[in-house]
Amino acid sequence: MVYSLTNQDIEKIYKKFIEIRFLELEISKRYSEGKMRCPVHLSVGQEIVPSILSLFVKKADNFISTHRGHAHYIAKNGNIPEMISEIYGKKTGTSEGKGGSMHLIDTKVNFMGTSAIVGNSIPVGVGLGLSNKINKKNSLSFVFFGDGATEEGVFYESINFAALKEIPVVFICENNKYSVYSPLDVRQPKNRNIHKILNGIGVKSFFSKSKSVEEIYSTLEQAIRYSRSKRKPVFIECMTSRWLEHCGPNEDNDLNYRDIKELDAYKKNDFQKKLENKLKITYIKKTQKQIIKKINSAFKFADLSSTPKKEDLKKNVFKN
Amino acid sequence: MCSKIRNITYINAINSALHQSMDKDKKVISFGLGINDPKRIFNSTKGLVEKFGIERVFDIPTSENALMGVSIGLAMSGMKPIYMHQRLDFFLLAMDQLINGASKWHYMFGGKVNLPITVRLIIGRGWGQGPTHSQNLHAWFAHVPGLKVIMPSNPYDAKGLLLKSIFDPNPVIFLEHRWLHNSIGKVPDKYYELEIGKAKIINKGNDVTIIASSYMVADAINFIKHFEKINLKISIELIDLRSIKPLDKNCILKSVKKTKRVIVLDPGFSFCGFASEIISIISLSLINELKYKPIKITVPDIPEPTSRFLVKYYYPSINNLYRSVCKMFNLKTNNKINLDQNRQVDVPGDWFKGPF
Repeated sequence: MVYSLTNQDIEKIYKKFIEIRFLELEISKRYSEGKMRCPVHLSVGQEIVPSILSLFVKKADNFISTHRGHAHYIAKNGNIPEMISEIYGKKTGTSEGKGGSMHLIDTKVNFMGTSAIVGNSIPVGVGLGLSNKINKKNSLSFVFFGDGATEEGVFYESINFAALKEIPVVFICENNKYSVYSPLDVRQPKNRNIHKILNGIGVKSFFSKSKSVEEIYSTLEQAIRYSRSKRKPVFIECMTSRWLEHCGPNEDNDLNYRDIKELDAYKKNDFQKKLENKLKITYIKKTQKQIIKKINSAFKFADLSSTPKKEDLKKNVFKN
Repeated sequence: MCSKIRNITYINAINSALHQSMDKDKKVISFGLGINDPKRIFNSTKGLVEKFGIERVFDIPTSENALMGVSIGLAMSGMKPIYMHQRLDFFLLAMDQLINGASKWHYMFGGKVNLPITVRLIIGRGWGQGPTHSQNLHAWFAHVPGLKVIMPSNPYDAKGLLLKSIFDPNPVIFLEHRWLHNSIGKVPDKYYELEIGKAKIINKGNDVTIIASSYMVADAINFIKHFEKINLKISIELIDLRSIKPLDKNCILKSVKKTKRVIVLDPGFSFCGFASEIISIISLSLINELKYKPIKITVPDIPEPTSRFLVKYYYPSINNLYRSVCKMFNLKTNNKINLDQNRQVDVPGDWFKGPF
């Protein structure tokens, strides 16, 4: 079933989308200044799923994400100045400069961390879900990962455990078809549908080709409603597309690991344009202006923030 | 109300700590493969599920890595998981979650969250445990910043340190030697915690310091008992480290400064091992004060063989210790003395009938 969306929903989705895209593009633009001295895995091209998802997420729900976690952090309303500060390695960063782009956290909004190791954060999200279940909380635990993580043993261990214990976890696989530069066809058998694996394991799964806002919205809404009401795990696979290089601020067409036509097709399916076609120009302009202002002030905050000091090096190895 | 002190086994001391921790705090939960099976992880989890219910005491899929990650999630949300394994070696499947996750989570998120996780690991030896059921990898765990590593040698320490570990706000690797499980010691019935990072002087002496942990402490105690009968002049100081990390460097250095001689007895592999670290710490502070070069007694840089006909050449014997002490003091070794005569090569005592 495909729903039609209200104008208000489209506006909310667009706002989130622009927040993610503009912030990522700003990081990309400023990266060569040499102030963001850590690997960045940008979400340009992958904004739509987290943007729509933000409509169905409650503050008490947990998020756990990956090395490519900026979009999820923003979707969960994580503090943006603190995120940029973290990438700048400043004391005011989400992790006081100890983690960088790949280790963001904002416990105030229950964004509970990201991991730089593929698949590594999946069981952590299951643990948060189990805690919700044991403590009889109604919240959901959302776990984000890519297609590469579904090749890790810990993925199977985690979904089996979630199925066994009926843990309310929403597993979201954003399939961009590449693990770094290795395409799916060198990693998984032809005609494999990742989401279909789940049925054999006993976790209900949903799939979105990500062709339209309505289709993604409907898939996410049904999946999340299922998990929330049944208090069971659910798996969602959404196709997506990474526009920039795996890691870093640039495009990577010169590497010839994928056909240029593939990227062109992604750009033709650009959700920014698709959303803008549904919105009034005044709203678009107003939103973009607001967000540009917000982003600039986040960078200014990071720039002006104090650096961690020598005594901070030893801090927090252990909790006292 | 006066609390009783009773002679109980190491395994019963562990069991008592598990019961008392779960009684004390509802946030404590226990899980591991076989936790509720008929054998109850060598009886250490006896009575737990009956008392605290299946939601707080549960068996798990054979998924060591995922459950370590689940422990991180649980601990982040305020739970205090105790995660148990019948052999350390199986837990090696969980290294990603332990090393890339649990050990660093507090540091790499700037102290925003912390992980009160206790991992109980049991180390095997002899009876054909062989290369993959017998590894003492405390040096590995201690090598990684952010983990505490505990190796108690007796029931009293086992209970007090396990309780302390469970309520420590950090991940703790709690290592139990299978051969100690049936050892008996005086243990109070009541709840008590022992400080992590404090060594204990088991035997006071002035002439040589023996530093040991886990099952090696039992070997050293045996040695001293015999040696005191044959030599009245040399007095031995025995330090039971109890905690590998944090390490009680003060206790070690104070003792060696006094005795000026040291033997490190360690159950781990020799190369890049924990004994080497202890000797390095001593040497860096006291090298000019030592009267004899430090001696290291460990298992060799070889996997444990399964056959008992080979394993007898593998583990350090009490005779090794005797010969080392003689060498150190330039004493003639008496070939008629066999301090290992009452020992069996591949079992800790008659109580152990295998298989595990």
